[in-house]
Amino acid sequence: MKKLINKPDDLVKEELAGMAVAHADLIRVDFEQNIIVRKDAPVQGKVGVISGGGSGHEPMHGGFVGHGMLDAACPGAVFTSPVPDQMLAATQAVNGGMGVLHIVKNYTGDILNFEMAAELAEAEGIHVASVVTNDDVAVQDSLYTAGRRGVGVTVLLEKIVGGFSETRAPLDAVAALARKVNDHGRSMGMALTSCTVPAAGKPTFELGEDEMEIGIGIHGEPGRHRVKLASADEITEMLAAPIIDDLGLKSGESVLAFVNGMGGTPLIELYVVYNALHHILHGKNITIARSLVGNYITSLEMAGCSITLVRMDDELLKYWDAPVHTPALRWGM
Amino acid sequence: MTNQDIMRWLEHTADVLQENRVYLTQLDSAIGDADHGINMDRGFTSVRGKFAAMATMDSSTCLKTVGTTLVSTVGGASGPLYGTAFLRAGMAVSGKQELAAADIVAMLEAFLGGIVARGKAHPGEKTMVDALTPALAAAKQALAEGASLAVITQRAHEAAAEGMKATIPMLATKGRASYLGERSIGHQDPGATSSWLILGCLAEVCQDML
Repeated sequence: MKKLINKPDDLVKEELAGMAVAHADLIRVDFEQNIIVRKDAPVQGKVGVISGGGSGHEPMHGGFVGHGMLDAACPGAVFTSPVPDQMLAATQAVNGGMGVLHIVKNYTGDILNFEMAAELAEAEGIHVASVVTNDDVAVQDSLYTAGRRGVGVTVLLEKIVGGFSETRAPLDAVAALARKVNDHGRSMGMALTSCTVPAAGKPTFELGEDEMEIGIGIHGEPGRHRVKLASADEITEMLAAPIIDDLGLKSGESVLAFVNGMGGTPLIELYVVYNALHHILHGKNITIARSLVGNYITSLEMAGCSITLVRMDDELLKYWDAPVHTPALRWGM
Repeated sequence: MTNQDIMRWLEHTADVLQENRVYLTQLDSAIGDADHGINMDRGFTSVRGKFAAMATMDSSTCLKTVGTTLVSTVGGASGPLYGTAFLRAGMAVSGKQELAAADIVAMLEAFLGGIVARGKAHPGEKTMVDALTPALAAAKQALAEGASLAVITQRAHEAAAEGMKATIPMLATKGRASYLGERSIGHQDPGATSSWLILGCLAEVCQDML
């Protein structure tokens, strides 16, 4: 295992320490509670917006803490949900008197831990609304699974909802906007390699030189299908087609197009995928209103990419464009 | 079982989960995200750190302390599931100084009840419920037959082993394994395996009490 780390057990702690000093102008890290909080929290009169999840997906979620996006993030062990104590501490830290929104990705661990945390917060008199992201079209949403995973839409939702919360909108409106983004967004990912969880010491699964995994999640777990390696154009078609189909995207509609790197794929390749995506959407007369290309929701050093499309309207555009200043995203200020 | 016996069970469990850390993680690589062994070891290492304080607690408080510790340290789905299990187990033996066979069975029933209440899994979904459900049934049967605690817990352990192996051909419909669809078939569930290990430790401690 070749990684840029010291001892595997110290990885998350040292990462948080690095973030704390690198971005001391934007965030503070509470090492006792293991949470990342925006420097000016709690912002009075504003709904607090928090999320959390396993580490290993950086910059999600800690890199999205700051003005216009998340008020706090809870980092768990690598690929492991954080615990209710962290979420409760984060909820308390961002409580500006208007309640707190929990953005929860649909994984059993995240769901169960956030559920327990919301119960604890309510018991303390803090009103919590929870929104679940479940945008992954690789998984059949049926009685026979734990439901669709929360993946790329989570990033876009955190930005849009964070932007809206800065207007001092009330909790139910903020939660409603979050659900709207989730309802209008879909994603699909693929991997060229697995990744290695430091404490495990070896890749979670093995892929041959000429193989790729379609329909991956973000935790290095195997996906739905293992197929022969194809060209970037063919891969983009394989990812985009089920998204467009599931969203029911029609000619004349407008989207936010997000091509995300899983961590181990260079930007040069992500732009090739974006180009192919652009052609596919253009061919269907679907306008790309806004784009995002880069590593935003990763899986350690996994090579691969995911595509997310969100159907946009004026409201979503307005809050996407709203000013944001976090370690990973900054515009308008 | 006295408080000391419960402590012995927990100490043995901490040791066994540490020894099986890599094994559980390997099982979790096949159909999960390769962290079950790591997480359970971390949780029970934290529990180990509280043994000195727990030595002066009654069994009920001991078990509840294990529960809250696991919730606070394990993370993932296992934290809330096993955490709630131990919390409910503790509640089931509240106020008792010595736990008779019927109390231990009631404790196991509450343990499983906590997992089902939190995770809402049914038997057949390829989870820890598939090891614990037959284990509880075997324990109740043995209790009804007037068997000793050693026999009751041994039967529970054996039934858990059967249940754990029965998860191999199952299609996962809960948790991370469910995303794999049919690829989850042919692999033993890591949660069922850790449940079997925990019950094995209980059986061994009860054997030694003879």
